[in-house]
Amino acid sequence: MPASLRDLRERNRSVQATQKITRAMELVAASRITKAQTAAQSALPYTRELNRAVAAVASYSSVTHALTTEHPNPSRSAILVMTADRGLAGPYSSNVIRMAERLTQTLTDEGREVVTYMTGRKGIGYYQFRNRPIEKSWAGFSDKPTYGESDQIADELIARFLADDKDGGVDEIQVVYTRFETMLTQEPRVRRILPLHVVKGDQPHEAMPLYTFEPNAATVLDALLPLYVRNRLHFYFMQAAASELASKQKAMKSATDNAQQLIENLTRQANQARQAQITQEITEIVGGASALSGNEE
Amino acid sequence: MAEPFWVEIVSADALVWEGESTQLTATTTEGMIGVLAHHIPLIATLAPGSTAEVTATDGTRHVVAVDGGFVSVTLTRTAIISPYAQMAEDIDIDQARRDLRECQDKRDAGDNSMETEMAYRRAQAQVKAVDH
Repeated sequence: MPASLRDLRERNRSVQATQKITRAMELVAASRITKAQTAAQSALPYTRELNRAVAAVASYSSVTHALTTEHPNPSRSAILVMTADRGLAGPYSSNVIRMAERLTQTLTDEGREVVTYMTGRKGIGYYQFRNRPIEKSWAGFSDKPTYGESDQIADELIARFLADDKDGGVDEIQVVYTRFETMLTQEPRVRRILPLHVVKGDQPHEAMPLYTFEPNAATVLDALLPLYVRNRLHFYFMQAAASELASKQKAMKSATDNAQQLIENLTRQANQARQAQITQEITEIVGGASALSGNEE
Repeated sequence: MAEPFWVEIVSADALVWEGESTQLTATTTEGMIGVLAHHIPLIATLAPGSTAEVTATDGTRHVVAVDGGFVSVTLTRTAIISPYAQMAEDIDIDQARRDLRECQDKRDAGDNSMETEMAYRRAQAQVKAVDH
């Protein structure tokens, strides 16, 4: 039996209200992507200068530093998974989590112990619900990361990396984040941040001047590499934030489109029901009238 | 007039200042250094919670609060690279004073954590930069 006219109108109104919300969310996400991209742009000079400095030190001294030392026989790995704080972003968080699960599986198959660090409420909730251990987690900044947060997280990770094997130190640290390719495609990725892999002669076209280091190259390197790691991490967080907003915009756009389609269908059904009601009323009146006139004859 | 050279001051999330300058002074972990045009290429670690000062070609002095980081001098340009670099004119002095007091209270209460120490030094540098 077709739904009553009033039901149809009510549903239509509720879908319209939902559509208003999803459209607003779509617009908000769109404007925040621009902001996220500007933030990423303005962080570029720092990255450039930092890379230049690392290249300078690396080309003048033989780089042997705790942060660049490859463990001969890694037995424990840490992964940092960057998920969103809120849903309504399509498959954004679940893609990252799936990637992290696959990575965990691979590492476990290689006989390594995996330590998981998590950012974003979605990932934390997912792991907690399944009773999986999370070493440490952070939340509340997934769509608007600042350097301060990357700094804090990097500190934690570097300390864990430098810790002794006996004290639970890890031999390598990988990050699972979502790379922002374009507004339409964002791809989950795995990148290793520690140990660092220093490529000498990063910019072969630019002859390195003969630098003086104060106090000395080793100390400069000591201070430089942690900054470099922090900056990498900050870069990944910014990429993840832009990807999250882009996925959110895409998800909200398709929700708005779906709502539009629903509204059209419901309006059509309501019109049909109204027409049926009118027809029925006319039939009843005509029937009643002819019955009455039949009586008189 | 001294010969000008290009100076950039970059923090982790922005290019804080750039321009032609005649002189740059900064406090490295080894002590104060002054940089003029044609300085030899140098990378030096900056002292935590210190200030640096740039004299622009028009004679104005710009003070910047830094918290660790580097000064890097190459043949073509000089840069101050410090994750939390902030120009004195951009610093919210009341906020900085409040932060400083807060950190002091925390330290007096026996909080010896790295975080408090870092925040303390940062606030100290900011207040120093403004009072300059």
